[in-house]
Amino acid sequence: MKQFLKRINFYELVRPVGQMLTFSVGSAVCMSVIAVVLALILDQTYIGADIMEKYRVTLFTYTMINLPQVVIDGLTIGFVYAAIALGYTMVYGVLEFINFAHSEIFAVGAFVGVEFLIALGSAGVLSGASLPMAYAYLTLAIFLGMLAAGGLAVTVERVAYRPLRGASRLVPLISAIGVSFLLQDVIRLVEGVTTGQFNRIFPTFGNFDARIIFGKLAMGASKITMGISVKSIIVIVSAVLMLVALNYLVNATRIGKAIRAVAQDRSTASLMGINVNRIISLTFLVGGLLGGAAGVLYALKFTRIDPFVGFFPGLKAFTAAVLGGIGNMTGALLGGIVLGMLETFAGSYMGVFTMGAAGSEYKDIFAFSILILVLIFRPQGLMGKHVGQKA
Amino acid sequence: MVSSYFKELFDRANQGRLAYFFVIAHIFAGTYLVYTQPRSNLAFLVLITSFLSLYFFRTSSRFKLVAGVVLALVIVPIVGVRNIFYLEVIFQIAVFAALALGLNIVVGFAGLLDLGYVAFYAVGAYLWAFFGSQQFYVLHFAPGTQPSDLPFLLPGDTFYMFILVGIIVAGVTGIILGLPVLRLRGDYLAIVTLGFGEVIRVLANNLDKPLNFTNGPQGITPIQRPTMPDMVVDWFNGIFGGVVGHDVSPANLYNLMFYLYALIMIIVIIFVTRRLNDSKIGRAWTAVREDETAAIAQGIPLVRMKLTAFAVGASFAGAMGVLLAASRTFISPESFSFMQSIGVLSMVILGGAGSIPGVILGAATVTILNLQVLQGFSLYLNELRQSDAVIPIINFAWKDLSTQLDPAKYQRLLFGLILILMMIFRPAGLIPASRRKRELDRDETK
Amino acid sequence: MALLEIANITKTFGGLKAISDVTFSLDKGRIVSIIGPNGAGKTTFFNTLTGIYKPDSGTIKFNGKSLVGLRPDQIAACGIARTFQNIRLFPDMSVIENILVGMHIHLKQSALQTLLHLPGFKKEEKEAEQKAARLMEYVGLKRVENELAKNLPYGAQRRLEIARALAADPQLLLLDEPAAGMNPQETEDVTQLFRNIRTDLGITILLIEHDMRVVMNISEDICVMDYGEKIAQGPPSEIRNNTRVIEAYLGRGAVAGQHEEKLQ
Repeated sequence: MKQFLKRINFYELVRPVGQMLTFSVGSAVCMSVIAVVLALILDQTYIGADIMEKYRVTLFTYTMINLPQVVIDGLTIGFVYAAIALGYTMVYGVLEFINFAHSEIFAVGAFVGVEFLIALGSAGVLSGASLPMAYAYLTLAIFLGMLAAGGLAVTVERVAYRPLRGASRLVPLISAIGVSFLLQDVIRLVEGVTTGQFNRIFPTFGNFDARIIFGKLAMGASKITMGISVKSIIVIVSAVLMLVALNYLVNATRIGKAIRAVAQDRSTASLMGINVNRIISLTFLVGGLLGGAAGVLYALKFTRIDPFVGFFPGLKAFTAAVLGGIGNMTGALLGGIVLGMLETFAGSYMGVFTMGAAGSEYKDIFAFSILILVLIFRPQGLMGKHVGQKA
Repeated sequence: MVSSYFKELFDRANQGRLAYFFVIAHIFAGTYLVYTQPRSNLAFLVLITSFLSLYFFRTSSRFKLVAGVVLALVIVPIVGVRNIFYLEVIFQIAVFAALALGLNIVVGFAGLLDLGYVAFYAVGAYLWAFFGSQQFYVLHFAPGTQPSDLPFLLPGDTFYMFILVGIIVAGVTGIILGLPVLRLRGDYLAIVTLGFGEVIRVLANNLDKPLNFTNGPQGITPIQRPTMPDMVVDWFNGIFGGVVGHDVSPANLYNLMFYLYALIMIIVIIFVTRRLNDSKIGRAWTAVREDETAAIAQGIPLVRMKLTAFAVGASFAGAMGVLLAASRTFISPESFSFMQSIGVLSMVILGGAGSIPGVILGAATVTILNLQVLQGFSLYLNELRQSDAVIPIINFAWKDLSTQLDPAKYQRLLFGLILILMMIFRPAGLIPASRRKRELDRDETK
Repeated sequence: MALLEIANITKTFGGLKAISDVTFSLDKGRIVSIIGPNGAGKTTFFNTLTGIYKPDSGTIKFNGKSLVGLRPDQIAACGIARTFQNIRLFPDMSVIENILVGMHIHLKQSALQTLLHLPGFKKEEKEAEQKAARLMEYVGLKRVENELAKNLPYGAQRRLEIARALAADPQLLLLDEPAAGMNPQETEDVTQLFRNIRTDLGITILLIEHDMRVVMNISEDICVMDYGEKIAQGPPSEIRNNTRVIEAYLGRGAVAGQHEEKLQ
């Protein structure tokens, strides 16, 4: 036992947790400060007066009341984005290739997990299940989603990307776009034939919808409720576990070293005896596993999924990867959390702050705008180093 | 081995008089079939593929021109007014061919993967939709609350001027969008253009408050068309009424008119494209596409060349947008989704990026697959659902098949398969682009 | 005033100084070679000169005009043309089109002239074609005008690259290992071609080369680089006997006798 404990690299277990904490707290604090300051400023203008009329509170109070929920939601979706973003960033790191189809890998994971649970539900297993069993079923669903997504990712790489590896950069990208579209309709086809439905709903069971309230703070005439839904806890905890595991794999194991070697210099890595094809498949597998798990977690949080569910989260996760620095795993983590926060804050507050002129639908193009701005002004992302490239 | 056998057969048929015979026979066969069986998809296909024969068989340029004109301007329109569905297909082929030709400049010549091309289409469409409808007077009304007796901002005949306006506005939009992003590397450029396309779509969906510019998801309708004097309707029916078999309504005649306009646009785009391609600009585009580092060493300003291609492609999309808005009299953000961009891209890739005939073939093929084949499956499936038929081995009754399963909606499958298969098996496309062969006067090189 | 004046340029990548404080001056009409072991910084030097890299410090003046900060296409327009170490032709363009691309800077046709095929456009295109044909002959390419560049044999590709560079009517021609991979006859032919280019066309030539026959044969001046620094410059006879140069190539303690034999 002692031997085993000695071999574990504890630093690489603690470091990512530390990073996650820093990023989460940091972005939460930054965004909250910005929101509050904005609210205070706008309270002096006619917008504040309008809010006062409509809701009988100042904009500041409104902001503060909603803040805890917004932060929690931001973190929740942020971790989901981070998990998906890692799939993009790992593949990019190893192949310099944007796996456009990763969004559908995520979607397939979601569907497999959800269908499994629905099947259990029809078999009557879920309704009477005890709490531990409920969590067991959920975990099983996540595993199944991971397996399906991982397997799909490896297959896609073999069939649609590997034959194109020598060609110019755009050729596999076009193929990836094709795969993404194909998979969307394949999911629709399978769903249509087997269940005849477009939307699928995550079954209710266990205590996932419950909320844990820590307390209430008085604020003038209103109260701020500090609470967190069990769903959010599950999503965040699962994501954290996976991210820690992934980080350990890449930074503290031999296989991880091989992955990093291939990412740095493919030909030299192969000269060192690394089977590059296997490593690439493994990278896709790992990315797929993460994406699939993220899919089931997404379905847990948002309840409803459809065959096109992957498109927006996929694009946003890619934005997160680019924001953090594509190819950089810590960057993907940072980017995911930051983007999740930004988006949730924008979605919750933008409508009110602009008196309804810019609704929460604009939060979708929020991510796109960030993507465009980052690629134009700082293409290496937040964590990338700008080393001059040798021609 | 099979393909070389067919190739041999074709080469033998493609000689002298025999070539003319085959082409004319094909055209006649197609025309006859469609005339006698107006509802047969196969007949329609035979007629449309006669364009292919015209392209591939070795006949004189004058013959090709005359036959092409007769096909496109006489036979096809008459076929169209006899069966309105075909007119719709033909019109869509023409519109998408024009769009694909425009995207071809960006993707095929300059090698820029633009995934948001449909944004420029949207710009043109909403431009005419705003100015050619009542939307100006609806600015302060929320969607759905406007009174119905508002005036139109501009008369319908300003449509012609707006084609030009659409070209300019879309071109300028292309320059504005392109300036910051065209120095990005290929795959990043693709994602950014995708982002732009989506931004335009979301804007179209949401610019209905505080001022109602786009009327949100409901779209803008009615949009005016240019006037068609009764004289023209009577004239057409006078000449072609007998052949068609019945009087053609003004509505159908409008469809015909827009089909002709689309054809004109195609001809203009082909003209501009070919002239630009066979010049210093075209060579610079090809150089940039093949090797940027070498190109820039020859003094080619990369960003300016890419911007030119981007803007030219955008302006054509803008013109087609104006055309679309006027012909449909209705537009909504749905027509400008990412799927549409990918649809046009799949046409370019299928036909052959950089190849004008290839891209037109791609547009026709994808449109027919989409509108006819997928639809055909859909109808067939519905028939099965009505019947008592059962799938043999698994004993599954067709009528139990959910109505969710509608092949007509499966464009993503179609586009996706095309992109994957073409990239793996034939990345140069069905009709690959080729360089012009030059005749050098040997005496002058002394 | 020298045609090209480079003073104290330095270029660093990450922690590595690829070019370190190099000063170099080139007079009009000369043929000068840059030699040095692999990794000495020679191609980086070319790339910095042509604007692909921006020097971290130092000045580059061409005909008195500063080139630092200009884009490669702007530098090409000043009158500097180059070939590449690993041939960079346009593979799917024909031979004649490759050369026509080389003329890009000098073609003045406007978009309007192009679209309407105005007489000015047609005349310019015809003349360009004729000039390209002449260049083909000049470098020794026969009858391959419509052949795709990627289908040419290796020696022909190198010649085509030279023709393309000449098409821009440059004042300065940068050749990056132009004789690489050539047999003795081809090497002799191409060396003569360079002399002709200087004599007939008055073009100044700066070349990077490893083949010492070419270098010793053709250079009026040789500049030697090692580890990013210029370690020697002078006529071939001087360089041949320069100890630092010998050390750079063969390492310290190389037997002087063996080395003498090799260089003669």
